[in-house]
Amino acid sequence: MELLEIVNTKLKEHFAGDIESAEQLYDYPVFTVNKDKIHDVLKFLKEDETLNFHFLTDLCGMQTADEKQLGVIYHLHNMPKNYRIRLKTFFDINKPEVATATDLWPSANWMERETYDFFGVKFKGHPNLKRILNVDEMDIFPLRKEYPLEDQGRTDKNDSMFGR
Amino acid sequence: MSKKETTYSVNKEVIEEKEYSTLNLGPTHPATHGIFQNVLKMDGEIIHDAVPTIGYIHRAFEKLAERRPYAQITPITDRLNYCSSPINNMGWYMTVEKLLKAEIPKRAQYHRVIIMELSRIADHIICNSVIGVDTGAMTGFLYIFQWREKIYEIFEEICGARLTTNIGRIGGFDKEWSKKAWDLIDTFLKEFPKGLTEFSNLLERNKIFMDRTVNCGPISAERALEYSFVGPNLRAAGVDYDVRVMNPYSSYEDFTFTVPVGTQGDTYDRFMVRQHEMWQSLSIIEQAIKKMPVGAMHADLPDFFLPPKEQVYNSMEALIYHFKIVMGETDIPKGEVYHCVEGGNGELGFYLISDGGRTPFRLHFRRPCFIYYQAYPEMIKGIMLSDAILTMSSMNVIAGELDA
Repeated sequence: MELLEIVNTKLKEHFAGDIESAEQLYDYPVFTVNKDKIHDVLKFLKEDETLNFHFLTDLCGMQTADEKQLGVIYHLHNMPKNYRIRLKTFFDINKPEVATATDLWPSANWMERETYDFFGVKFKGHPNLKRILNVDEMDIFPLRKEYPLEDQGRTDKNDSMFGR
Repeated sequence: MSKKETTYSVNKEVIEEKEYSTLNLGPTHPATHGIFQNVLKMDGEIIHDAVPTIGYIHRAFEKLAERRPYAQITPITDRLNYCSSPINNMGWYMTVEKLLKAEIPKRAQYHRVIIMELSRIADHIICNSVIGVDTGAMTGFLYIFQWREKIYEIFEEICGARLTTNIGRIGGFDKEWSKKAWDLIDTFLKEFPKGLTEFSNLLERNKIFMDRTVNCGPISAERALEYSFVGPNLRAAGVDYDVRVMNPYSSYEDFTFTVPVGTQGDTYDRFMVRQHEMWQSLSIIEQAIKKMPVGAMHADLPDFFLPPKEQVYNSMEALIYHFKIVMGETDIPKGEVYHCVEGGNGELGFYLISDGGRTPFRLHFRRPCFIYYQAYPEMIKGIMLSDAILTMSSMNVIAGELDA
């Protein structure tokens, strides 16, 4: 809980209006950041001397439950102090554009390509944004919810059959 | 006769006419131990540039997971880093348990530690012996591989499978381990040190091996951190980051062990770090057996623990639970967790979002191989082709984990 406050005060100081939410989810402080400011926030978190989030643990995409928005999720780590935080940013599915983090961490390169491959998020400024795990000819973004694997609303198996 | 004028090119710039040749290394090349393609730009035998292509065995695990009940996702995790499947299994269970806020009995946690350390040894045996093979030393590989076989026999006795184990359950283990399993572990602990010493004697101070591996494919600590290296590869570069120490899970804080680090981040250091980790794993297993607490093997999670067979046949409620578990009809609370374990290749993370249904809303695997393999072109720039092969095997890039 302390870490949430430390990071939140720092972020509020510099990006007052752009931090949309700050909460503690299980063992992780989670911040939702305005998508136009995500690069500045990441840069600040990386370069600030006390916070020093120098390690990009993970970067992945997601789609919100209403299927109208896409999101990118960053897991950052400060190894000397063992601080771990999660950042999220959401944007409209019809205009999926967000700034790249490849200039801050070279490791973001393939993770962003993977996110593009599966969700179609366009990372502005990425040096080589093309598909990585799927074939180049693919014309869909398979992890989006509009491509279900199988009928999601199976009604043949529900609890009422067991009398509850 | 006039004197012929000679022009010397001492002070002139030498313009060499160079032509690079393109070489396709892979996708199915016997030396790459898996399906990796690298399009190399070669200057003679020296690598000038490399473009890796990945995804040849992509199996859409993250999509599949969105359609599967939680217990049925374990077999998917088996197939990530298939050299150390049990670590992936345990990591996945711990993620779900974190979401459920379940308390796992100490006894089950210690059993998990034993199984994870055994599979870490199996993982490192494969990586290190293959480094030996790639330098031309087949003998070490042939001798040490029988110990991997012995570890697989232990897995087989515990869960019935050898490679893709699906070992244990969400909440702990399905049953107590048999006496035979403990006997096998005992024999392994007694005899493996001899085998490992033999292997060390063959390679560790071997002049030819050192000439091949020292300074081969090095990476600095700063660069390794920027590329999000983890596990033995990061430690070889000199950063003592180990998830078991930094964020202890499954009672790792109860055990004493050292985290070996290297200095150069080259193939030799990666080899040595793994060698020492095997000794540490052995010591952890010994400590776990010595300190083994009494208690239950499974947390109190009726939604995930199959009731005893005699109850299933005789009571309605047990039958319903049995059916619900097998059919995957358990609702998981809403929530969002990230959990990481120290896999064979370093921090293996599971990022799980649940919307309260029977299947995950989104599951993302943080696969260490996928993230650090992108540094490969940089690491092999300017070195020989045969050294590039060696660098790849010392990074322990596993195709299953790379492509998900």
